[in-house]
Amino acid sequence: MTISLILDVVTGALLLGGCVLVISGGVGLLRFPDFYSRTHAASLTDTAGAGLVILGLLLQADGPESVIRLVLIMFFMMLTGPTAAHALAQAARRDGERAVLDGRAAEGPADGPAADGPAADDEGRP
Amino acid sequence: MLIAAAAAVLVSMALALARAFLGPRLYNRILAINTFGTKTVLFIAVLGVISGRPYLFEIALLYALVNFVTTVAVLRLTHLDELLVGMDEEEAR
Repeated sequence: MTISLILDVVTGALLLGGCVLVISGGVGLLRFPDFYSRTHAASLTDTAGAGLVILGLLLQADGPESVIRLVLIMFFMMLTGPTAAHALAQAARRDGERAVLDGRAAEGPADGPAADGPAADDEGRP
Repeated sequence: MLIAAAAAVLVSMALALARAFLGPRLYNRILAINTFGTKTVLFIAVLGVISGRPYLFEIALLYALVNFVTTVAVLRLTHLDELLVGMDEEEAR
């Protein structure tokens, strides 16, 4: 009885933290001014929010098969979320997506994406 | 508690979908769709605990893996023009 109550309270706390992170990530994805800051918001949701929600669900799971499946889901989300965010940001930078700082476009390389991409490639792969 | 979590994930899914419709260019849309897929995984997992059906966890696991592969495949397709141009130049030489 008391153990179930403690599990419910811990589940509620974990789910509350995860839901706060998930909703703030969604609001940040909608309201941030820039692609890269939106990447930050979405990546935060992918790792921290999803991890907290699945940890909260893990305490409510019945039987070892549900626990194994939830642990697999959390493992693969921790593995694939930052990888996808990194690949996305790198591809966007290669295509010349500009950052916005203080409400104006950043003073990047003035030549644009066509001149920026191959130079970064040459430096990145010695 | 679990139903509130499902509602929060649904609200966040709606916000991500709004960014996918509003997104200025291609990469904002890809980012929003990737986040939408992640939240779909979360929603299916919460639904599996609410309804007490463990096979929904397998669907969520499959959805997570397919979501990652889809994102990487779409990112590869965005550079298909460069790849084709490079192949044409090599063939011309």
